[in-house]
Amino acid sequence: MMDLQLPAWATWVMLAGLAVFLAMMILFIRRNHGMKRSLFASPYALWMAIFTILPCILIGYYALTDASGKFTLDNFRHFWDSNYAKNQLYATMGEAAAPFIKRGTVNVDTLIYSLWMAFLCTVICLVIGYPAALFMADRQMKLGATLVVLFIIPMWMNFLLRTIAWMSLLEDQGLINRVLRFLGFEGVQLMYNSGAVLLGMVYNFLPFMVFPIYNSLNKMDPKLHEAAQDLGCNNWKTLYKVTMPLSLPGVISGITMVFMPSVTTFFLPRILGGGNTMMFGDLIESKFLTEGNWNVGSALSLIMMILIMISLGILRKADPEGEGGSMI
Amino acid sequence: MKKFLSLVLLVMLLIPAFAQAEGTVTVFNWQDYIDESVIEDFEKETGIKVNYVRFTTNEDMMVQVDANPGHFDLCFPSEYIVERMISQDMLSEINYDHIPNAKYILENLQNSTYDPGNAHSVPYMWGTVGILYNTKLVSDPVDSWGILWNPKYMKNVFMLDSYRDSMGVSLKSLGYSMNSENILELEMAKEKLLEQKRIGTLKAYQVDETKDKMVSGEAALAVMWSGDALYAMDLNEDLAYAVPNEGSNVWVDCMVIPKNAKNKENAEKFIDFLCRPDIAQRNCEYIWYSSPNSGAIALMGEDYISNPAINPSEETLARCEFFRDIKEPYRSIYVTLFEEVKSAK
Amino acid sequence: MSKFIRFIKKSYLALILLFLYLPIGVLIVQSFNAGKSRAKWEGFSLHWYADLFKDRAIMEALQVTLGVAVIAAIVSTVLGTLAAIGIHSMKKRPQAFMMTLTNIPNTMPDIVTGISLMLLFIFTKVERGFVTMLLAHITFDVPYVILSVLPKLKQMNKHSYEAALDLGAPPVYALFHVILPEIMPGVITGAMLAFTLSLDDFVISYFTTSPLVQNLSTLIYSAARRGIEPTLNALSALMFIALLILLLIVNRRTADNSKKA
Repeated sequence: MMDLQLPAWATWVMLAGLAVFLAMMILFIRRNHGMKRSLFASPYALWMAIFTILPCILIGYYALTDASGKFTLDNFRHFWDSNYAKNQLYATMGEAAAPFIKRGTVNVDTLIYSLWMAFLCTVICLVIGYPAALFMADRQMKLGATLVVLFIIPMWMNFLLRTIAWMSLLEDQGLINRVLRFLGFEGVQLMYNSGAVLLGMVYNFLPFMVFPIYNSLNKMDPKLHEAAQDLGCNNWKTLYKVTMPLSLPGVISGITMVFMPSVTTFFLPRILGGGNTMMFGDLIESKFLTEGNWNVGSALSLIMMILIMISLGILRKADPEGEGGSMI
Repeated sequence: MKKFLSLVLLVMLLIPAFAQAEGTVTVFNWQDYIDESVIEDFEKETGIKVNYVRFTTNEDMMVQVDANPGHFDLCFPSEYIVERMISQDMLSEINYDHIPNAKYILENLQNSTYDPGNAHSVPYMWGTVGILYNTKLVSDPVDSWGILWNPKYMKNVFMLDSYRDSMGVSLKSLGYSMNSENILELEMAKEKLLEQKRIGTLKAYQVDETKDKMVSGEAALAVMWSGDALYAMDLNEDLAYAVPNEGSNVWVDCMVIPKNAKNKENAEKFIDFLCRPDIAQRNCEYIWYSSPNSGAIALMGEDYISNPAINPSEETLARCEFFRDIKEPYRSIYVTLFEEVKSAK
Repeated sequence: MSKFIRFIKKSYLALILLFLYLPIGVLIVQSFNAGKSRAKWEGFSLHWYADLFKDRAIMEALQVTLGVAVIAAIVSTVLGTLAAIGIHSMKKRPQAFMMTLTNIPNTMPDIVTGISLMLLFIFTKVERGFVTMLLAHITFDVPYVILSVLPKLKQMNKHSYEAALDLGAPPVYALFHVILPEIMPGVITGAMLAFTLSLDDFVISYFTTSPLVQNLSTLIYSAARRGIEPTLNALSALMFIALLILLLIVNRRTADNSKKA
């Protein structure tokens, strides 16, 4: 499948090199009092070079070569036209095949669909999550710390199991429909569609929206609130003029933390969507693990990576200090 | 320091021992495709430890075997994949001296088209593809694939999330061969599957979930493998199974040993064990597929032989065909077309 | 009026918590269901819990999961803490560069991280399994450790380390006795974060291990397609309760400490 291959021992040599490097560094520190502290970061730098930068370069390498290792841009053409290989073949088959030559939009459509779903998920999380964070940060209610813990706990349950639990709720013969029918209503089909996938996404990513917003609201000086009221703002106006602008960094980092994993969701569409729709993550996975086509798969990954970098760049612009609170 | 040491100890305890030496065999089989107590009995009898790993579709299995050379000692591909693996020189020849129980394999399966002389493969189970349906929800006779497109059954059809099977069903319903390499036929088969989405009878594309969902009455109709269908019918008496008149797919799942297997002899011991009539019988009764083992069939008796879902009539079988390995470039055409179907809204 | 508003606020939060806990409740209830069906209640039973400890695949996966999580947390904490100290003392340019480097894994989608590491291991012909999964986990853990240690370093008094050196303390001594105690809360947060992240990771493990070495997530994934065995529900219920108790103990202790202080 590949012709440019390092022998098996190469990685082990690299790892051994890392160990030697670490040992030498410790010796240096012991011997040489004047050693710069900045060198403490070098094992990490080396680690990142091997396990982050090299793999990224490999994706680029596979995306730009064909199965025999020759340079090609076909993989990107394949992204634009999912029928690319098929069309080339049909072109050699004469007239019978001619009417079937047309651009396939599977990859582009799936990407647009994933972006749209991620957008919806982010908006819903924001709409549901912002008031939640606001109420949590309400100092009169004194619920903040407890609620943060209560929001974190569900995340300890395995993500896949939580999703499957939704399946037993949403199925036609599932809990919700049983309750509906028991109460004398008609059953509804809740699963096997995009709505169910969206629900699963919101469920999994909502805490990532609530935490950063809560953090930035919590950091706010309560006196600001009082000052605004003293200056004649009513509750709504205070919210609109003071609280909201000040929580913006939290909102932005919440958006980042929800949007990013949403675009690359996979597995959810298969379980809750019944495999009726695919998201970009599913497409990448099937390219690698079902078709074994690493070149096209790498090209799709690269496109996804670039897209995310761009959107992050835009978000960074909006929040230059990157203050919006860290994870959890 | 003491704390640190105890931490290190804890870690050492947690690292599982990965014995790869003698006395193990790594088996890569389908989900739910063996009576797992058989594995324990094999370990007790021979002292060989079995690493048992599962896969969901033939294609997933191929990719894994390709990407992890030497990992697997024994795999269970379907006949068309056996054909492909032989042509890609991925399999080693089986030494039948180590498998005396192979004499029980039915004669008509002993010299196959996909593997002349069964040099590389021993049949494990065989069966058909058909329609599993809920008699309470389906009033029409189920004798044609066309029922999967009948608007009476809106959002009530489960299809198989596997391109050979779903394209095959579509091709058969149009009266073509499941092994078609005619692009006109293939394009029409794709259109037919898209039409199913447009009409709205399709509920989901899935594989192993289907049988449990059919038991709970989640849908009226499902394309199913015969054994999974029988398993479901055993748990819900409203379910029935039929092979449509247009014909269908009959398949054989085989046991094969990949070329660079580390424990070839142990793999052969395992094959021999599975071919022993009493063991074959246990597996067969557990997973409900049809056995290629004459010894096991003799043990199971009349009930088994007269069950039409397990032993289809000669005339049903005459309408069915084996999958042949579709060669490139046609294989990628199948994949591309099915991808288009699945991603369509 | 304000009481009414407070009621509204509380019910809103309660509703969201209900949404978050509903599936978990279902899962725990299912683990006590005598039957295998997801939808039908067939009586109370503990037999899934008994089966759990007999299930070899689950027990092995549990070992792998905990093993990877513990080792990855330790290694990444050491690596990350050192790196944070180093980065903190860097000049502006290299510091900015290192921070960008640290942010790469955070900004890369999991699936791309997983695939790129898979390509690395296949390219270098390293057999995928326990070790490769561990390497991958350390890789995505380290940045989180750095990001939780750095703020503590920023809060630290810049001169205390130099003062220690001036007073004749060797750098290693100064590192352990001056810097480390000050940043300890950050280090612990980082370690906990690393441990939880690798405990819960699915996507990256999925691509960096072989089907032979499974952690709980990949095991659940491969079982998910045919419907989950209730044994897995039982296991996750147990793990959930274990973590809950751990949390309560930690909370109790911090509460006690703050009372003493």
